[in-house]
Amino acid sequence: MPLKELLDPQGKAVEHSLHNLGFQATNVRIGKHITLKIEATSQEEATQKVEEACKKLLHNPVMEYYEFTVSA
Amino acid sequence: MKFGVVVFPGSNCDADVIHVCKEVMQCETRVLWHKDTHLQDLTTEDCIMIPGGFSYGDYLRCGAIARFSPIMEKVIEHANKGGYVFGICNGFQVLCESHLLPGALLANNHQRFICQNQYLLPQTNNTALTQQLDLTTPLNIPIAHGEGRYFADADTLKMLKQNDQILFKYCDASGNITEAANPNGSIENIAGICNVNRNVFGMMPHPERCAESVLGNADGKKLFESLLNLVYG
Repeated sequence: MPLKELLDPQGKAVEHSLHNLGFQATNVRIGKHITLKIEATSQEEATQKVEEACKKLLHNPVMEYYEFTVSA
Repeated sequence: MKFGVVVFPGSNCDADVIHVCKEVMQCETRVLWHKDTHLQDLTTEDCIMIPGGFSYGDYLRCGAIARFSPIMEKVIEHANKGGYVFGICNGFQVLCESHLLPGALLANNHQRFICQNQYLLPQTNNTALTQQLDLTTPLNIPIAHGEGRYFADADTLKMLKQNDQILFKYCDASGNITEAANPNGSIENIAGICNVNRNVFGMMPHPERCAESVLGNADGKKLFESLLNLVYG
């Protein structure tokens, strides 16, 4: 998700559109949803691998924050 | 100085950059494919250009996937050894994603792609790229981007100022750096920066698109001349 302190123009445009439809939503923010499959022998190993992928490529700390869930 | 121009799938300003380096500046120019694992005969005396475009379709984030291409590993090595690297537009985004330059380029504050001539005011003469530029005369250089809003957090911004790393700011025709002259919401009107070691440059505007008088504007050529340390009148 875009960092909370950053302007999210896309979210803002969608918020305006929602208002036009009569939905009084505020704070509309748009991020990305990524799903992926990995091989791991434990929940911990899977978590570690995803964390590494986030740090190396999937996430840019200058502009975004992330959270993830691991399920077998 | 020789030039090396990196070509990624989706680069679209590579031919313009090659033309300016080779034909306008009359320099030996090598074309570096993204899958290449070497920089041919280029040394740290030479400048690697990362051109504009939409490398890897701008997937994930602009420049994020290009950063992990085989050639970028060599470009990062080149930069860390002190060689010149100059990223324009998408090239600037790639250099930020590669951590060769601080900060990031976000979606323009108005959510539109902008393509227009834009005035910039050079902020320092303390880099090869800007050493010959007049700090009081705005340059008119086109911009064309959807994600050009430069952002850096407060600490990074402070460092950029302390180290004199801000190269260009968006301004109006008279050189006034105002909010109205800021085309995309960049923090403090920043249009281009360099790294602490002053050998890596990044800017959103396209100097290669205005480097010949036949095009009606040769302001961009001044940057290349400065880089090559040529005297211009």
